[in-house]
Amino acid sequence: MKAKEIIIDRNLCKGCSICIHVCPKKTLGISEDINEYGLFYPKVEDLASCIVCRLCELYCPDFAIEVVQE
Amino acid sequence: MITSRYIKENYVRRLPSAFCPGCGDGQILNAIIRAIDHLKIDRKDVAAVSGIGCSAWIPSPYLRVDSLHTTHGRPIAFATGLKVANPRLKVIVVSGDGDATGIGGNHLLHAARSNVGITVIMVNNGLYAMTGGQVAPTTPHEAKTTTTPYGNPAFSLDVSRVVAAAGASYVARWTTWHMNQLIRSIEKAIMKKGFSFIEVLSQCPTYEGRMLNMDHIQMLEWFKNKFREDADGIYKIGEFVDIEKPELTEELEKMIERVKK
Repeated sequence: MKAKEIIIDRNLCKGCSICIHVCPKKTLGISEDINEYGLFYPKVEDLASCIVCRLCELYCPDFAIEVVQE
Repeated sequence: MITSRYIKENYVRRLPSAFCPGCGDGQILNAIIRAIDHLKIDRKDVAAVSGIGCSAWIPSPYLRVDSLHTTHGRPIAFATGLKVANPRLKVIVVSGDGDATGIGGNHLLHAARSNVGITVIMVNNGLYAMTGGQVAPTTPHEAKTTTTPYGNPAFSLDVSRVVAAAGASYVARWTTWHMNQLIRSIEKAIMKKGFSFIEVLSQCPTYEGRMLNMDHIQMLEWFKNKFREDADGIYKIGEFVDIEKPELTEELEKMIERVKK
């Protein structure tokens, strides 16, 4: 399975980086930009490596990340 | 396939939540929503009851089912009334460790003893987080809290084993690392006829993490490595009790029929 897009809602994200930690393929990384709370939200580093396991969606405490399947 | 968008559109009242960054309460909200969605039960047949504490905020106001936010330590008493008044309802109590065992410990014991058909999800972070990190009945021995700065001289309560001994129909313990197991357990607990109890070890980065010198990622790693099904005492996870017993509201109905004659 391949991901078409990973949507990160930067206004819901609290920058806890649990999604980056649970990702088995290291698809996500911390961005250099900050959101309106002053927190570093995640960014997609390598979309092609995503296997759509949706662990990031399962572990996100704030429903801020969504993987769209191709 | 359940996506975040589907959950936000159908099950969550409002976001962002008031939980601290990295708090496990959001994950438990996610798990409850996924369990309700997997079971395909109507949202009108579910009622959520909560007391006071950080974890009491999980169903009220974020979970979009009928909810009751009650006084400190008494959610199980309110939930018992709700269940007896309308036995058709699936009543879910979400309560913290201080709320369920510290303030309302007797309600928990007696609900388990009478085997009333409610589901209690106890979020255990080992201290009273909302009021500033004071020592709770579930604080481990020698753990530092705000009120025990040199370590807890007392010993912690193994709540799951106490509730199992009190006579619950279903008892399980998981952590926020074990999300899939937790969702399956919540599904089983909601469908269980009698009293079901799930203890969820959750990370509190603000107070527990500060006292243990860990951030929430290290605490999740700690849950993953230390809490196992073959471990002992409070580190043992898994399903402890899964039995069928006569339930309180059914017994009440039988008694009413008998007395009417």
